[in-house]
Amino acid sequence: MVAFKRPDGRKITDLRPMTAKVGVVPNADGSALFAFGDTIAIAAVYGPRLLHPQHMQDPKQAVLRVNYDLLSFSVYERKKPGPSRRSQEISKMTEYALSPVLDLKEFPNTVIDVQIYILQADAGTRTAGINAASMALAHAGLPMKDLVCSVAIGKQDTTVVVDLTKEEEDFHEGEGATDFPLAKIANSDQFTLVQLDGNISTDLIPAAIQLANDACAEIYEVQKKALKEGALQ
Amino acid sequence: MAIKKISVAGSEEPHKKRYVVVPGETIVSGEDYLPSDGTRRQGVDIVAARYGLAEEAGMVIRVISLTGAFVPRRGNQVIGRVSNITLNGWVIDIDWASNGFLPIDESPHFINKNEMDQFLAIGDMIVAKIMGITARGIDLGFDGPGLGKLEGGFAFKVSSNRTPRVIGREGSMINLIKENTKCDVAVGQNGWIWVYSENMDDMLKARKAVEMITEKPFVEGLTEKMEQWFQETK
Repeated sequence: MVAFKRPDGRKITDLRPMTAKVGVVPNADGSALFAFGDTIAIAAVYGPRLLHPQHMQDPKQAVLRVNYDLLSFSVYERKKPGPSRRSQEISKMTEYALSPVLDLKEFPNTVIDVQIYILQADAGTRTAGINAASMALAHAGLPMKDLVCSVAIGKQDTTVVVDLTKEEEDFHEGEGATDFPLAKIANSDQFTLVQLDGNISTDLIPAAIQLANDACAEIYEVQKKALKEGALQ
Repeated sequence: MAIKKISVAGSEEPHKKRYVVVPGETIVSGEDYLPSDGTRRQGVDIVAARYGLAEEAGMVIRVISLTGAFVPRRGNQVIGRVSNITLNGWVIDIDWASNGFLPIDESPHFINKNEMDQFLAIGDMIVAKIMGITARGIDLGFDGPGLGKLEGGFAFKVSSNRTPRVIGREGSMINLIKENTKCDVAVGQNGWIWVYSENMDDMLKARKAVEMITEKPFVEGLTEKMEQWFQETK
């Protein structure tokens, strides 16, 4: 059998080179940039602030409102600007991935707005978006239990690999490609996002989770370093 | 002049250590430590509950925010703008999700309820203290020195997390600015700064000084540096 080789020469456990930075949007209360190779996401946090319309207010806790979008120039074929079925779904799912770490009860009747924009898309945009948003929320000084780290595990034919690129996502040989995005709370074993697009045998899931744990530990260090450096600017 | 503390071995004050932490990071470990603002206890560890500067003062651990929006607390002095007049008081915009409310009883003299805008009209700016925070709103008061209506001059906004630096230890920085620019300066903890003087150049100089302070919050001996800057630009 020929040894499995990834198109960009990475090992199956290797993430793409990561870049992280905070304070990229001066007018926001908190902001961050996170990149996996050619996938670049920026996130800006506004609030806690007044929520309108009033009927959406929750007297028990703050509302987390995420807006994820691909910018029209982020993909090869121009993306029509504005919300779509896909971006609405990812926005909602990012809310669910981030809200477990936030202490929303401290700010009743308010809204915390998170804007995530993808500047460049090369697969793994939702995971890059979650990583950026988690840093931006911390940068906004909000009470949080922990950071959230997110990575997509994939399967190429029968091999489980970390952090797929667009080229790998379009793999069609054998069993084809599987996309398995996960998000977890950094210093715990709790996952806040588990999605699956494609097929994966239940036998391979423990291995996939193990890969995600190791990758998230690496991502956490990048996020932590960026936040610590950003504080002294 | 700054007083330098000389430490004699064995008679040191509780040592203050400061470092940047991220949420979820363990700051110290031990049953004896006490979690204060921005921290929580997790087993024997004291864990950061927000991003900021962790400060170890004796056994008490707290995290001071460096970034983010202003969050009002009781006792804060804020600068706000009158946004509405109701039957029994003024609604004040203080840059937060809920408005502040200044009751008519807080005015220093008698006010005819039909002519409330004689004292505070829509758009006027005030310095007030937060007396209490309820589910319905934020109660403001004029009870204290330096509080009241702001007349003349202009106001500008800086980051609310940097206002302690503008005031300085026991007001050293704010007094320095006042002396050197001959301006009247009011600092709101919500990040609004108001300056007043007869001379526009003095006011602009005061603003420049405040902006310089808020732009470099991590410089040691900032008061001395500002003193020097005032000497140079005299």
